[in-house]
Amino acid sequence: MHKNLISIHDFSKEEILHILSVAREMEANKSQKLLEGKVVACLFFEPSTRTRLSFETAANRLGARVIGFSDVANTSISKGETLKDTIKMVSNYVDIIVMRHPLEGAARYASEVCDIPVVNAGDGANQHPSQTLLDLYTILETQGRLDNVSINMVGDLKYGRTVHSLLQAMSHFNPSFCFTSPAELKMPMEYKEFLDTRGIPYTETASLQKHLRDCDILYMTRVQQERFNDPMEYEKVKDVYRLERAMLDGVRPNMKILHPLPRVGEIADDVDDTPYAYYYKQAENGMYVRMAIIACLLGYK
Amino acid sequence: MSEKNTQLKVSAIKDGTVLDHIPAQNIFQVIDILDLSQALNPVTIGVNLESKSLGRKGIIKIADRFFADEELSRISLAAPDATVNIIRNYEVVSKKKIDLPAEVVGIAKCSNPMCVTNRQAVTTRFKTVKEGEKVKLLCHYCEKTTEEFIPLRH
Ligand SMILES: [Zn+2]
Repeated sequence: MHKNLISIHDFSKEEILHILSVAREMEANKSQKLLEGKVVACLFFEPSTRTRLSFETAANRLGARVIGFSDVANTSISKGETLKDTIKMVSNYVDIIVMRHPLEGAARYASEVCDIPVVNAGDGANQHPSQTLLDLYTILETQGRLDNVSINMVGDLKYGRTVHSLLQAMSHFNPSFCFTSPAELKMPMEYKEFLDTRGIPYTETASLQKHLRDCDILYMTRVQQERFNDPMEYEKVKDVYRLERAMLDGVRPNMKILHPLPRVGEIADDVDDTPYAYYYKQAENGMYVRMAIIACLLGYK
Repeated sequence: MSEKNTQLKVSAIKDGTVLDHIPAQNIFQVIDILDLSQALNPVTIGVNLESKSLGRKGIIKIADRFFADEELSRISLAAPDATVNIIRNYEVVSKKKIDLPAEVVGIAKCSNPMCVTNRQAVTTRFKTVKEGEKVKLLCHYCEKTTEEFIPLRH
């Protein structure tokens, strides 16, 4: 087992499957005092309520206690303390650090300046490996397998780190992909080349309707304003797709809709009550996967 | 004729190292990387010399100084086709190419403005990826690819 969880690329197929199987145990037994007496630091150098709550609940459910901050206002960081000093100081107090930071590579750097495990809860536009693992867990849970799954990714495929990491992690499992996006937000060339070199098939379309019926997973994403440098570009594409209940006629019975949340307008409320909506359970799964991550990095299994 | 001239120039120090076939526009980067501006030995720099393969090349001759391979590999990004001539008693006793290291540490700058190495005091670290003639740098921290070599300012 690795000491840290920084990038999904650090993990082999076997290591990914190991975490998923531990997460399955966590879901079966949601409160376990495996980490009684341990202290987990949740350091959020940029706010993300959803991810923070998920990690903090995961730590609590394992019997650990949590310290930390949810944004840098009123901390010594806002007074100019370096990342290195913050990490060195906190690492002397706690057993593991969960951190989110706006700079890309911040978690990797943090893991190099301290001796305790570091979990990357998002480093800017780069990695968010616990999201990738919970996506994999949810695909496995809904399809009963990870192999030979057909995934239709929808929305911002250009800036969306979630879809990039998921694409790379799924490459272990012989998937096929459809990329549904407006021309401005197409899957970047480097990821398509990555698939080409591995012989993984994909198609591209701008039409949401076109490949709704031949996928097992419909992975919807939000167009995130903060990733755009040009506000005009954002205005053009922000409302490009909206999935509604009426569009789901004739989809595969096993098809499930995932979304990393929060959504803005891309999934209509009337989809929530269909048997295909799975994004709330997906978010819940995040907690089990994060329990597994923390437990594995602290030496349980 | 020009080949003969180069030969003469190469041999013009008694003992030391001659770095040849440096792209003319990168010669000052090479000087910077090897920290030659601080050197006390005689250093001769030639720029904009004619070269069959490079068009315009640069040459650096450092008297009484011999470099470890590891030290020289640091200039491979700025001068991928450079040749290293070891001179002893006016003779070229060894001539070799520079190897591209698998990893470069503390030489290049990451092109990603949001990379932690550009905002905190972090030593840069890249894996080198050779694509045909071009060398790309894969950042150990932000995982982005830097296409062009940008030297770090020391
Ligand atoms: Zn970088």
